[in-house]
Amino acid sequence: MNKTAIEIKNLSKRYRLGERLPYKTLRDALGNFMSSAIKSNKKAEEFIWALDDISLTVDKAEAVGVIGRNGAGKTTLLKILSRITRPTKGLARVSGRVRSLLEIGTGFHSELTGRENIFLNGALLGMRKSEIESKFKEIVSFSEIEKFLDTPVKHYSSGMYMRLAFAVAAHLEPEILLVDEVLAVGDASFQKKCLGKMDDVTRGGRTVLFVSHNMAAINRLCRKVIWLDEGKVKMFGPTQEVVSSYLAFGEEFEGQRRWVDEPSSPGNDNIRLRSVRLLDVNQQPVSSVDAANPFFVEIEYKILNPVSGVQVGFWLISAQGIVVFVSGDKEDVEWADKTRQPGIYKSACKIPGLLLNSGMYSLTIASDVFNNEAIFVKEGALSFQVEQTRLPAHSSTRPAGIICPFLEWHITKTE
Amino acid sequence: MENNNQDIAEIKPVSGMAAFSLKELWLYRDLLYFLVWRDIKVRYKQTVIGGAWAVIQPFFAMVVFSLFFGRLARIPSDNIPYPIFAFAALVPWTYFANSLSLATNSLVEHRAVITKIYFPRIILPLSSVLGGLVDFSIAFIVLIGMMFFYGIALSPLIWFVPLLTLLLIITVFSVSLWLSALNVEYRDVRYAVGFLIQLWLFASPVAYPASLVPQKWRFLYGLNPMAGVIEGFRSILLMAKAPDFGMLLVSSLVVLLVFISGIVYFQRVEESFADVV
Repeated sequence: MNKTAIEIKNLSKRYRLGERLPYKTLRDALGNFMSSAIKSNKKAEEFIWALDDISLTVDKAEAVGVIGRNGAGKTTLLKILSRITRPTKGLARVSGRVRSLLEIGTGFHSELTGRENIFLNGALLGMRKSEIESKFKEIVSFSEIEKFLDTPVKHYSSGMYMRLAFAVAAHLEPEILLVDEVLAVGDASFQKKCLGKMDDVTRGGRTVLFVSHNMAAINRLCRKVIWLDEGKVKMFGPTQEVVSSYLAFGEEFEGQRRWVDEPSSPGNDNIRLRSVRLLDVNQQPVSSVDAANPFFVEIEYKILNPVSGVQVGFWLISAQGIVVFVSGDKEDVEWADKTRQPGIYKSACKIPGLLLNSGMYSLTIASDVFNNEAIFVKEGALSFQVEQTRLPAHSSTRPAGIICPFLEWHITKTE
Repeated sequence: MENNNQDIAEIKPVSGMAAFSLKELWLYRDLLYFLVWRDIKVRYKQTVIGGAWAVIQPFFAMVVFSLFFGRLARIPSDNIPYPIFAFAALVPWTYFANSLSLATNSLVEHRAVITKIYFPRIILPLSSVLGGLVDFSIAFIVLIGMMFFYGIALSPLIWFVPLLTLLLIITVFSVSLWLSALNVEYRDVRYAVGFLIQLWLFASPVAYPASLVPQKWRFLYGLNPMAGVIEGFRSILLMAKAPDFGMLLVSSLVVLLVFISGIVYFQRVEESFADVV
């Protein structure tokens, strides 16, 4: 019996730069035809290889982690294996029923009830009606939304929505399961439950490819790990080995990012960025924060020559690309006018609780000579998730707005 | 694992020659069912008068047509009262027009799903086309009611209606295979479709009888499959006459051609939908 589940040979995928071009219109197509008839003015189009000549095999019943920084080709690999998109070159052979979870809750319809969405989403994920019916009870109890089963999901809180979506997805039973970063949802206790479910899935004799930035989850679930970097397999082997090399390489993971090679890290001859970390109230590194509690952004940098009038700080940017606020360490009056002697420094900023709304945020780390000349600007240095555990009174869904501050109100009866 | 001889699927670059897999469509039949069910459910949940829309649209079109074409322009109606003459055509026509525009947008509208989940994409236009059948059935029942009102007896030829309906469904589906796939790549197709449907309305015997077209051109007229379908509905239901088989044959052949080419085209571009949509 063949023990190979996935066999990949010289697989490559090319995308046009920018990934999605503006849509063509018929007029453009006709126009291009006309102009190319007159003269060939074809611009050299720019392409990127999202996957570049990948070859590997995954055995049956093996749980394999896929790591690498954003844009390394992880999702593209899953998309090709699940037949959502085709490779540009090469070949992949998969044996058995493949199901993929690139996102949870795909195809949920807000007007339909929880019950109806279980069936719709299940069918979209490739389950038969009878299969959904037989697992219906399990799905409902896993999602903990029994009471709201017949409520349209548009009235669900984001937590309930995610729980229901994950519950459906968790009950897929293919031979090969491809999972993209989907565990980063819900509150801590639900994440724990999801991870437990993934544990069962990987132990149940299924072949699993599991993309994640969460090294703890990778360590727990996978025996082997594929490390992708710029579309190539940088390393493929036992989890411990690959994960430690990956972390040593100084890539972004779990709420912190380090720069090791000095000449290439952001900065100049006087100042070099070393790391950015996200810390919770107990000074523990975290990758997601609870909106109700304060947390810290800690920037570590090295001063190589004495400098003064310099600040480091960050721009907090929302998932929509909106700058939420900008702040720098010259706010610390004790240091603002001092000359910093060579050494290693940490500047930490406390961001109060009850301020941010839930969602993804990213940090651009920057340093300048007091609002004048920029020394370095590192965009997307770190991204993190803010979870909303405390919602304003009488609200069951994510409130609108970039921030969600807790404000005081007073009601007075005047007449 | 029980089955040792699992299918090994090969994933290769876009070939443009993928074979249409009926077997795969069959595997996903439950998804088709749920998509149709969802469309119907959502439509009826979100609208105040729900199923009444199925009737209102052809009904008001009938009123307007009767007034302007029947009364003012005095367009002949084969000696049938103009309102029912128009309504019998508007029932299949409304289904055609609504389903075609829904199906054309079906792939683009499901962009989020197409880029995240694999399933035979053909299910999307197909579900739009099948979903419209509920409205069609409601409107058809009203048509039967109107026939009683006008004292038109049900013809023994009524068994022919399901066959004509099948031709109607395949017509809509075939055209939407082309338009939905084209719409993924060329976004102005959706605007062109509105215009196309308007033109098509006047190229079909909805407001006027097919008998207005000289006999020798009737064959050519059948190249528009909706002409065959609509004239068929009218002659069976209102005139208790067998449809013009010559015209129907031409229509069926045209539909067959559009269907086969549509499937081929759809399959060719399907593989790259997720990259383009």
